[in-house]
Amino acid sequence: MRPVKTMRSMKIVAAIAVAAILAGVTSCSSTPDAAGKTTLKIVYQKTDAFTALDAVMQDAKKEFEAANSGVTVDLQPIQANDDDYGTKLALAQRSPDTAPDVFYEDTFKVRSDVDAGYLLKLDSYLGKWEDWAKFSEAAKAAGRADDGGIYAVPLGTDTRAIWYNKAVLQKAGIAVPWQPESWDDILAMARKVKAADSTVIPFTMYAGKGTGEGTVMQSFYELLYGTGSTLYDEDQRKWVVGSQGFTDSLAFLKTLYDEKLAVSPAEALDANVWKKVFGEWFPQGKLAATVEGSYAPSFWKKGGAYEWAGYEQDMAVAAFPTQKGQEPGSVSMSGGWTLAVGAGTKSPDLSFQFLATALNKKNALAYDINNSQIAVRTDVAAEAGYLAANPFVKDVSALVDVTRYRPATADYPRISTAVQVATESVITGRQSPQEAAAEYDATVRKLVGEDKVLQR
Amino acid sequence: MKIRRLSRLLPVAPAILLLLVFLLAPVAWSFYASFTDAALTGKAAREPQWVGAENYVRMFTDDAFPMATWLTVVFVAASAVLGQNLLGLLIALLMTRSRKTVSDWVGTAVVAAWVLPEIVAAFAAYAYFNRDGTLNQILAALGTHGLDWLYSFPLVAIILANTWRGTAFSMLVYRAALGNVPRDVSEAALMDGARGWQRLTFITLPLIRNSIATNLMLITLQTLAVFTLIWVMTAGGPANASTTLPVLAYQEAFKFGDIGYGTAVASVLILLGMVFGAVYVWLLRERRA
Repeated sequence: MRPVKTMRSMKIVAAIAVAAILAGVTSCSSTPDAAGKTTLKIVYQKTDAFTALDAVMQDAKKEFEAANSGVTVDLQPIQANDDDYGTKLALAQRSPDTAPDVFYEDTFKVRSDVDAGYLLKLDSYLGKWEDWAKFSEAAKAAGRADDGGIYAVPLGTDTRAIWYNKAVLQKAGIAVPWQPESWDDILAMARKVKAADSTVIPFTMYAGKGTGEGTVMQSFYELLYGTGSTLYDEDQRKWVVGSQGFTDSLAFLKTLYDEKLAVSPAEALDANVWKKVFGEWFPQGKLAATVEGSYAPSFWKKGGAYEWAGYEQDMAVAAFPTQKGQEPGSVSMSGGWTLAVGAGTKSPDLSFQFLATALNKKNALAYDINNSQIAVRTDVAAEAGYLAANPFVKDVSALVDVTRYRPATADYPRISTAVQVATESVITGRQSPQEAAAEYDATVRKLVGEDKVLQR
Repeated sequence: MKIRRLSRLLPVAPAILLLLVFLLAPVAWSFYASFTDAALTGKAAREPQWVGAENYVRMFTDDAFPMATWLTVVFVAASAVLGQNLLGLLIALLMTRSRKTVSDWVGTAVVAAWVLPEIVAAFAAYAYFNRDGTLNQILAALGTHGLDWLYSFPLVAIILANTWRGTAFSMLVYRAALGNVPRDVSEAALMDGARGWQRLTFITLPLIRNSIATNLMLITLQTLAVFTLIWVMTAGGPANASTTLPVLAYQEAFKFGDIGYGTAVASVLILLGMVFGAVYVWLLRERRA
């Protein structure tokens, strides 16, 4: 009986430790053996809806193996969502025997993973890489850690904007192209759409823990950063609490959900709601507008997860406005992913060479087009093929001027969850915006400590 | 003599070794990690520091922990001790009186849920309770409106799903136990004029009490550790309304990368399992005396 019990109740904990124990068995990091053969282990994400990177990696493997005889590139795609991919990667990095040589890394994890000692400093390699000059300055900063060194090279970036269905807006008598100048303009549009056809969802924004980072990246931060407030003061390195902007942002979400301009709270809390946005509501004309990433066309284009022939005619992009139209007029958020080299790699030179191959002009162009990414290489951005990839490239690229990045500290994931909880409490009516903001403030104080908090 | 006794252990030595390496070692490691600030990323990932009982102290200031403990107890009590246990006993009792074809069909239907891999059963339950799921379609066909069960009553949905999935085990245990109840005792009671429920409470149940205790112990420990079912159906939400201790441990350790706190929660879970186990063992001994 004991073994049965122990096995069951230990399932979770075992997962942590099994990685450590198996480490001794499945050692497969780069190991130059007697014959001089070297194997590079490459880890990245691949899902049914995200195969663009896999295609690039397959190409890079062929190119690299042809140029370097005696080197085998071992591609190990991980099939998981963003959260689980990050966990799996971090578990592999905990032991030098399982750590990959080159891997796909989220920009907002770079700083804390550098603190953890998982990433190799690339400065000396980048200096000798002629392509490095082709990367835009903002892109170079994406892989910079607190010590000023560069630890990761971006594949592409993204921005966020309002995506709206022109046909639905026109049916409600709203002139297109439509560009709201303030939050009130958004509400005015949404109310008009609702009055014209009550079966249409006028303007939804993600909220709650179900959609995870989507809730903050494609909803709350667009609101918060448009109020003049901020989440984290970069100069003082402190988290902001008690700001009016935070309460106002929650109040705006409350208005959307209370007036039924957004989806129902139950739908919002379903982790799969974004699939309905892309796969059902927009194509079927049941949704007028929402905030989504510049990568939206990657779902609709031929070969995408939710192919939709009419998206180029029906859809349009508008910048998300600031609260009252104050400077700079619009808000956007950027994330994006990078490639990095493992700190414990036995073949740092070869690993960097592979990274450089995967990020060369040809591969970067293919990746940016197939995954609807905003180019970070100036030579790719100037390519006719890139600009013609979809009709929205120009609009979403222009938002790079006003875009913001997440404060990528080690505390960030918990703070982000606290924000998600606040939005969830408000849209479900459990708390008023003031109460939810007060609870967020209390949570932040508890998480980071009084000395890292900035009272507004 | 001593050598002979030792040599008898030889065939089980590999099994013991495997248990030590794969079960005891992770438990010991997790217990150790619960006293550090081990993390998946950040500085603490490189040099975990000994923080003493800080993680355990934090549990009592963290709102999520007491709630998760309470939800875990409710979940175990409702879906295992009451749901699976009583339903399993009831079905087993009815099967002893029913015709063979009926009991065969019922047995197959109940066991079908049990033989499914946990992840498949979890998806089936999700598809059943989902907003557009089977239950609401049935209700719509009957002319009534369904609810969003996983949103409005997440714990109830999960309790029902776990009862559905686990009842077969109790049923099998009780069928075997009832098969061993000597008929003559029951018949003698019948001759003495005992009614049906009297025969059940005074004859049958006392005779199978060891099976009851064993069954309770096994299903309690299994239910304490249920993770996949909850993760697939609600992922602990909405607003932590179905976050039991295993889900909390997973979220802390892997979503927030706080392995120290996550393993502390897991350690409490082991402790809770031991308490339940000890209570059942004690009950078992008590009755025998």
